[in-house]
Amino acid sequence: MRKFGLLLCGWLLGAWGAHAAIDPELLKPLASDDSAVRIDAIAALAQASPEEALPVLKALAEDALAVAGGRMLRVEDGRVFDAASNSELRPPPAGLETIGINNRVRRELSAALAALRLFSAERPVRWQAAQEVTLSADAKMLPLLDKALAAESDPEIRNRLQLAQAQASLGSSDAAVRHAAVRTLGESSDPRVRQLLIPFTEKRGEVWVEADSAVRAAAGTSIRSIEQRLAWADHLGRAFSGLSLGSILLLAALGLAITYGVMGVINMAHGELLMVGAYSAWAMQSVFRAYLPGALDWYLLAAIPVGFLAAALVGVVMERLVIRHLYGRPLETLLATWGISLFLMQVARTLFGAQNVEVANPVWMAGGIEVLPNLMLPWNRIIIVAFSIAVLVAMWAILNLTRLGMFVRAVTQNRPMAGCVGVPTGRIDTLAFGLGAGIAGLGGVALSQIANVGPDMGQGYIVDSFMVVVLGGVGQLAGAVWAALGLGVFTKFLEGWTGAVVAKIVVLVFIIIFIQKRPQGLFALKGRFVEA
Amino acid sequence: MNAVAVAHTPNPDHPDNPDWDSGTAELGHLLRPGQLDLSHKVILYLEDITVSFDGFRALDKLSLTIDAGELRCIIGPNGAGKTTMMDVITGKTRPDEGTVFFGQTIDLTRLGEPEIAHIGIGRKFQKPTIFENHTVFENLELAMKTDKRVWRSLCALLDPAAGDRIAETLQLIRLAAHADRLAGLLSHGQKQWLEIGMLLMQEPKLLLLDEPVAGMTDEETERTGELFLSLAGKHSLVVVEHDMAFVKQLGGKVSVLHEGSLLAEGSLEEVQADQRVIEVYLGR
Amino acid sequence: MMPARTPFIVRLGRSFDARSWQMAGLFAACALIAVPFMHLALPPDHPLHLSTYFITLTGKILCYAIVAVAMDLIWGYGGILSLGHGLFFALGGYAFGMYLMRQIGRDGSYQSDLPDFMVFLDWQELPWFWAGSDSFLWVALLVLVVPALIAFVFGYFAFRSRIKGVYFSIITQALTYAAMLLFFRNETGFGGNNGFTDFKRILGYPITAPETRVVLFALSALALIGTLLLARYLVTSKFGRVLTAIRDAESRVMFIGYHPLWYKLFVWTLSAMLCAIAGALYVPQVGIINPSEMSVANSIEIAIWVAVGGRGTLIGPVLGAFLVNLAKSWFTVSFPEYWLFFLGTLFIVATLYLPQGVVGLWLRLRRREPPPAAAATEAKGARA
Ligand SMILES: Nc1ncnc2c1ncn2[C@@H]1O[C@H](COP(=O)(O)OP(=O)(O)OP(=O)(O)O)[C@@H](O)[C@H]1O
Ligand SMILES: [Mg+2]
Repeated sequence: MRKFGLLLCGWLLGAWGAHAAIDPELLKPLASDDSAVRIDAIAALAQASPEEALPVLKALAEDALAVAGGRMLRVEDGRVFDAASNSELRPPPAGLETIGINNRVRRELSAALAALRLFSAERPVRWQAAQEVTLSADAKMLPLLDKALAAESDPEIRNRLQLAQAQASLGSSDAAVRHAAVRTLGESSDPRVRQLLIPFTEKRGEVWVEADSAVRAAAGTSIRSIEQRLAWADHLGRAFSGLSLGSILLLAALGLAITYGVMGVINMAHGELLMVGAYSAWAMQSVFRAYLPGALDWYLLAAIPVGFLAAALVGVVMERLVIRHLYGRPLETLLATWGISLFLMQVARTLFGAQNVEVANPVWMAGGIEVLPNLMLPWNRIIIVAFSIAVLVAMWAILNLTRLGMFVRAVTQNRPMAGCVGVPTGRIDTLAFGLGAGIAGLGGVALSQIANVGPDMGQGYIVDSFMVVVLGGVGQLAGAVWAALGLGVFTKFLEGWTGAVVAKIVVLVFIIIFIQKRPQGLFALKGRFVEA
Repeated sequence: MNAVAVAHTPNPDHPDNPDWDSGTAELGHLLRPGQLDLSHKVILYLEDITVSFDGFRALDKLSLTIDAGELRCIIGPNGAGKTTMMDVITGKTRPDEGTVFFGQTIDLTRLGEPEIAHIGIGRKFQKPTIFENHTVFENLELAMKTDKRVWRSLCALLDPAAGDRIAETLQLIRLAAHADRLAGLLSHGQKQWLEIGMLLMQEPKLLLLDEPVAGMTDEETERTGELFLSLAGKHSLVVVEHDMAFVKQLGGKVSVLHEGSLLAEGSLEEVQADQRVIEVYLGR
Repeated sequence: MMPARTPFIVRLGRSFDARSWQMAGLFAACALIAVPFMHLALPPDHPLHLSTYFITLTGKILCYAIVAVAMDLIWGYGGILSLGHGLFFALGGYAFGMYLMRQIGRDGSYQSDLPDFMVFLDWQELPWFWAGSDSFLWVALLVLVVPALIAFVFGYFAFRSRIKGVYFSIITQALTYAAMLLFFRNETGFGGNNGFTDFKRILGYPITAPETRVVLFALSALALIGTLLLARYLVTSKFGRVLTAIRDAESRVMFIGYHPLWYKLFVWTLSAMLCAIAGALYVPQVGIINPSEMSVANSIEIAIWVAVGGRGTLIGPVLGAFLVNLAKSWFTVSFPEYWLFFLGTLFIVATLYLPQGVVGLWLRLRRREPPPAAAATEAKGARA
């Protein structure tokens, strides 16, 4: 790319061409040693002929602008163009001297470039540029912004540009202009704009930074309205993280809602079933990496059934070997399943090592949607919320619409009776437990996308998931849903002003108090069934 | 033998009875239990009691009065609300509406189960509930009327008089030979007897007996009937039964419950002749 | 019923029969005479010499045994499975640890009057709850009162709302978990993650001196005997009978006029205090207390000591605490990676095949009797 030749006859084409319309005099100062001169030159160039200046400034930014024989040359893909006329020089001239720039110039340059891209024909480019200029607009850019605004028709971009214009006019010596600018900026919802306005309401020593009291007042109003908008976005953000935490809690607790809520089995190894699901995701990732590297991005889809089956299998084995002998003895079940959880943890440690394993988000889960300048909803969270809704619906359907679900409900309500009318109670128990475990596995697959995957990961969820089920009320899917969402949102809002640990403690204490008031949970099943 | 049953029982209704105040301050929980006021010769008033479970009305404006010293039988088809009524009287279930008064002054809806037991209402459950891991003797000891606060239990010693009373009751319920066996090993009928024995040890003024002879032989049933008859007068009894022969033996007033309210009241012959009762029992 | 005419102390003494007293005497003689002699007087190369490791390990397990007996009172006899006993144990330990921290004086690495972690956090003075922590008596009072108060308040509300069975277990677990999070914070004022350690003195005596160790060991042994005596008295009194009656048929107990609330609350609070005493004895022997003592796993492990030994008996929990913890120290030295397999299996085997623990097994083998109906009692506490 940096092989140059020399061409002397380039000047022939350097004159005023049909549309190559940069005055070479404007270009000259770009090669100056004085940064200030160069900065002025950049601004002047950008203003004089925005469209033609773009390639030149871009080249400058990419260290691809050179001088040879007092002429500005632009190098692109090994071809050399005259910067002023934009015509190719063939053969390329020799003795090219690249123009280097320092950071200060580079900063100005990128602002100018952004401003220039405002004239691009493609909307996304203009939109991106409009966003960039908003941050760096200053008085020097004003004429350019005016021009761009005149040419712009897209309302969103116009809005941005107006903000940028206002920002650029903040430094104006005319109080009326500043006043108007400050008021326009009040429509922004960018925290950085607020930062810009703050000096207008402050005193330096004894003197107001802003002399004009009307501008000061307007700045105050604008700051407040920005803050309101920010707070709103903030709340929205919190609500979303609450929702996302809630959906994670829900995924962790849904399996428990079957095993504990419906069957009455205290499964302390529930967290480890989540772990089984999460390790399945990791295993699928490794399998895809080794055998199907092309489809690596889709390993997660394969992990869903695998996670379900793996956890369900572990659950079925648990039920057959241990839990079935302990029905009706909840405290013993608690201890035995705790034993199982220790066992599973150690198995994971032995098989996969004590360290956390690396599970990567597929590309389609990376990034997010920017709803507001300070509110970004990450895709992985959105997908998990959707996933938990899907799991919930599936579970509801299984419990309420299938024969298995009917049998499960029959067995849990009256085991001997169900046995008498021919329900195979033993098999139903196993299947129901397997289903609950499988759902825990699904939760684990989801968790693998946002949390650490390691042998101890399950321990962190066991208290929370029990809290959800207990708070929601035994035997109730709806209860679990509301409890999970409520806990999620409540925790996130609390975290906003107490910090995560205290929020967690407050939530636990709240649940403890709540349960004392309503031992049946939010959605109580009244009656003998509960009291017995 | 029946004479033995009541011989040791001090007259609980007598205001001078020194035992009466022993549980006053069940750790400060019982607010002024007052005394049982029987000035109108009525020991229990139920007025417009309504209890609903998730919209289903187990009791529907039930009103009932029991006279002091009366032996009342309550009959009614399954699900009529008989057990629920006892739950309301003993404080296990709070009525949604209505009042329950013990004597003239004591509002039972304000008291908890232990307080209600303390002021003199004893209850036998439909399904015998005894302490299966305690011996028969210990079951009776625990039930005995005494100070039941924690501190007292911590330093309680069995005095000879109490031992005698337990021995008497053991004789009465014919479990003397089993005194040291675990109650859980008794037969169903023996458990029923043991529970009745525990009730007697409590010396309640009002006894609520939910199907006391279920699972007993005819002969045992008859003996139970005799026991109850001997208790009546000094105690008031409310007996829930499905066994009509037994009800006939008891001979007292009969109340018929149906769908949570009182359907008929009178002697057994009267209610058996009542057209509505026949309908309810035979079905429509 | 007449109040006791025999002095209480005599009645307390009578709750052990002659054989139990012989055993207790033998045990006390070992702990107070034989062990100190073998540790202090015999030269290290003597075959009967007891190492520091032995003294510390056994002393630690003695404390655990007290906790196990406390747990057995509430679980074996009261039917209430607490997953919060680790909390009370740790609270006792922390309370006493405060005193030990103050005893370090200016010998810490910052040579400050304040404990090192406070200097590290740049605190200028002691927080209010550290007031008086340099006084042994005050701290001894704290050891008893704080856990008792917390247990009382928590228990009052829980039992009043008739929370039982697994529900109770789960919320005690949540309580312990919340406390652990709280103690993990530096701002709480108990040393955060690291807790208290690097103790130097106790009552002015160097804490790692063999003599001090032996005294602490003997005190733990005496505390265990005292706990057993008290527990024995309780379970053979009428109180004990009411307690087991509540475990088996709570509603019956209510309908004969007992207030289960106060019975449960009494034994719950007492159990918490015993744990706290054990914790206070434990900390100077192992030389550290940190929030991980409050982890859920620790509290559940206490239950397994009791289950393995045999709940509803008093010697069972002591045996269980020794068996499980000796196994633990053997495994963690020889096969650390198999310890959790062993412990997990132990949980499963004990609940499936040893409803009465090793004591029950032994009794059954000796009498060749079928197991008593006790397993059925649990079923009643089901589905609270
Ligand atoms: N806790 C409860 N929850 C829901 N329904 C209840 C509850 N207790 C009682 N019921 C309902 O109230 C109705 C009355 O029940 P109750 O036990 O009082 O009947 P009963 O007259 O004692 O019947 P039986 O003769 O069979 O003993 C029944 O339909 C029962 O299902
Ligand atoms: Mg009934």
